[in-house]
Amino acid sequence: MEPFFFFLFAAGAVISALLVISRRNIMHCALFLVLTFFFVAAIFVLLNAEFLAAVQVLVYAGAIMVLFTFVIFLVHIPRTEKIRRTFGQKNLALALGVFLGLEVAYIVYGAISAPASPAAAPVVQGGNTESFGVALFTRFLFPFEIVSVLLLAAMIGAIVLAKKEIDR
Amino acid sequence: MSGAVPLSYYLILGALLFIIGAVGVLTRRNALVILMSIELMLNAVNITLVAFSRFQGNFTGQIFSLFIIAVAAAEAAVGLAIIIVLFNNRETLNVDEINLMKW
Repeated sequence: MEPFFFFLFAAGAVISALLVISRRNIMHCALFLVLTFFFVAAIFVLLNAEFLAAVQVLVYAGAIMVLFTFVIFLVHIPRTEKIRRTFGQKNLALALGVFLGLEVAYIVYGAISAPASPAAAPVVQGGNTESFGVALFTRFLFPFEIVSVLLLAAMIGAIVLAKKEIDR
Repeated sequence: MSGAVPLSYYLILGALLFIIGAVGVLTRRNALVILMSIELMLNAVNITLVAFSRFQGNFTGQIFSLFIIAVAAAEAAVGLAIIIVLFNNRETLNVDEINLMKW
């Protein structure tokens, strides 16, 4: 069953990601991005990373995309929609995309001709979330605290940047 | 685990999503869509990290992706605040028209 679901979610993620960068209406872009995030969360579940899948849905599909939607509403859509989608740099960009695609094809070729890919390690006993929390609050406590300071700095920075300057 | 998906498939999926994000950054001119494409690329890297973490039996990759998600949230907040200020000052989101600091 795992390959079936993998190909289902992978195809969904790739197709909705392509729609994100090709739709003209920016609101459609945002909604397809939410869809992509849900498919990626499903891929995380397939990889036995349930906690990360939940965080993906909460933080990306929830918080970040709500923020994006608010900003799309704040900047007037009729005027932003008129932005040309294509321009002189487009051919160069597509050439770079093809080049990157060829690199991936090379990797695929190497993976197929390799003797055997490593088997998946056994699933951690006692649940993904528990071992995740233990690792986060013991070995990775210091980076965890640094990230909290970073989030505080980003929050203050965003408020200071976006607030109306009343007292000037 | 007879019918399991090999590691390389997950890596190819991550690479494909990263390419799509990179092409989006280079082809679109709307600052908001460029920010969305960057989020797409960050997600692709997360898939790669989690896949390696799963196949190595090592938890560090998942912790790393949690930190990446946190940094992506911070980046989105500050980036969107900059976009709002930009729109209030220049009345445009086209990155080709925002060339004040271009040499």
